[in-house]
Amino acid sequence: MAQTTRGRATVAVYLFLLPNLLGFLAFTLLPVLASLALSFYAWDLFTPPKFVGLHNFVALIHDRDFWYYAYNTVFLMLAIPVNILGSLLLAVVMNQKLRGIVVFRTMYFLPSIVAGVGTYLLWRWIYNPDYGLINTIITGWFPRWLNDGIRGLGVDWPPQWLTSVTWAKPALMFMSFWTVVGGYNMILYLAALQGVSPELYEAADIDGANAWQRFWAITWPMVSPTTFFVLTMSLIGGLQGGFEQAFVMTRGGPAGATTTISYYIYNHAFAWNHMGYAAAIAWVLFAAVFGVTLVNWRFGGRIVHY
Amino acid sequence: MKRLLTYLVLGFVGLFMLLPFLWMLSTSVKPAEDVFTSVEDPVKAFVPRETQWRNYGQVYDTTQAMGGGFARWYLNSVLVAVVVTLGQVTTSACAAYAFARLKFPGRDKLFLGYLATMMIPGAVTMIPNFILMRKITEWLTTAAPSVNWDASRVVSIFGRTYEAGRLVGLDSYFALMVPAMFSAYGTFMLRQYFMSIPRDLEEAATIDGCGLFRIFTTIILPLSKPALATLTIFTFMGNWQSFYWPLIVLTQDSMKTLPLGLLSFMGLYSTQWNLLMAGSMMMILPVIIVFLVGQKWFISGIQLGALKG
Repeated sequence: MAQTTRGRATVAVYLFLLPNLLGFLAFTLLPVLASLALSFYAWDLFTPPKFVGLHNFVALIHDRDFWYYAYNTVFLMLAIPVNILGSLLLAVVMNQKLRGIVVFRTMYFLPSIVAGVGTYLLWRWIYNPDYGLINTIITGWFPRWLNDGIRGLGVDWPPQWLTSVTWAKPALMFMSFWTVVGGYNMILYLAALQGVSPELYEAADIDGANAWQRFWAITWPMVSPTTFFVLTMSLIGGLQGGFEQAFVMTRGGPAGATTTISYYIYNHAFAWNHMGYAAAIAWVLFAAVFGVTLVNWRFGGRIVHY
Repeated sequence: MKRLLTYLVLGFVGLFMLLPFLWMLSTSVKPAEDVFTSVEDPVKAFVPRETQWRNYGQVYDTTQAMGGGFARWYLNSVLVAVVVTLGQVTTSACAAYAFARLKFPGRDKLFLGYLATMMIPGAVTMIPNFILMRKITEWLTTAAPSVNWDASRVVSIFGRTYEAGRLVGLDSYFALMVPAMFSAYGTFMLRQYFMSIPRDLEEAATIDGCGLFRIFTTIILPLSKPALATLTIFTFMGNWQSFYWPLIVLTQDSMKTLPLGLLSFMGLYSTQWNLLMAGSMMMILPVIIVFLVGQKWFISGIQLGALKG
């Protein structure tokens, strides 16, 4: 009896697990191992792969383009703290019993949900130097003295945005602010804020604390686990990010100013057929992501304040 | 007073969020000559001088020569998103049940393996997967030469013929759908949810002679509706917007999904911003509708994912 039950159970296990497991092996686990192996080869897909040892990794260290694109990636990631702080402030303002809060939440969430080729095209048009929304506002609404003043400082104004080496990265960062500020992070902060006991604020009121003090002494430490989570996820995403928007809006230009690591991997693998080199960069990227995760695990406890 | 101030702030931020969308809508109905007119007053730039809804029809017409154009890209996107979503939710739910409830050797180690892969950047697996799709037709031709693996297929529906791509490999529905049907994240999320369901009901059912499959379909699945709904919506949205993988496995216009179709449209009509915005509008509209309808699942889903993460 026990024997047959176990026999049936084993068959059931395989029936339930197998479809997913096969897919997991074929499209995730094996490819991971394959790309690790690939990173020690040079392969253009046409001639047989050639074993080159650590050559790809050594070449990477001396690859000045790689370091420039790594710099671009980190530069774009500077938007992350601003975006997160924006989400938190927005959540604080929204964490009140007010009519119509749900309508606002929906509005704020919309950009993050539709983000993709459609919105990237939209922002490409918004940033159009001659007829785009932003420069129309700058020339139409900014006072004359201000525009002249900025131009007087030697700044190209109104900016050429996506076609300017100086402005292309800030333009992408501003778009990312619009995309994510009311999105997932804000929803997480809202949930965290709803878990903060009102008694803490009442006690602070009795002690005569002002809004600024209440924020830094109560809100900020109480939501620190959320901040920690959100920051970790954003850093991991940021390291791997930047391909789609750059591909649609700037093709990585001007002069490589918006090419990120993930874009560089795309170029090597799918535009230039350097499979081995691309796999090596991908593994270096993986190492960076892993490093961020480890640091967070190790030191996360010190950031979380309760 | 404080309430008024709050509403002012909220309204201002709301305007900031909506303005780009209104600009999109306004551009999408402008006549071509109005798009490239410098206007001093931003408000006038915003409000179309005349409203020309036929831009939307024109997007459809002008792309038709591109392998069927917008209608076909829409169909491809719907097809891919629906099939992948069904596949992913099904395989994830089954595997999650095995991980949550069934005993087998190496279960927890295997689950840890699933978790570990969630951290790996997409680019790492994308390269070998692309090579697989690129080479699989050659390999299959060697293994089974009787089938023409390299040929693009055509299907006939009601007397009209449609290009349907290769059976497998680049430019195939197989490449678009199958690799996306298995998700470590989906398995993980559902497994966590299944774990939180009390076991009493299943024990009672086992005593009544219910098999594992019956328990799965009549107890576990109905009790997990919120998690399943959330995963369904997230997967559908993610695949609707999916860009990187289709970009590298597709070359034929007729096989393209909407994001890629829109991109080739941009390549041809790079200055026709009214048409490009009409196209973008058509692409994001279903997303907005799904979001408005399923908003509840989104919000709870985000919190669910974060709590476990």
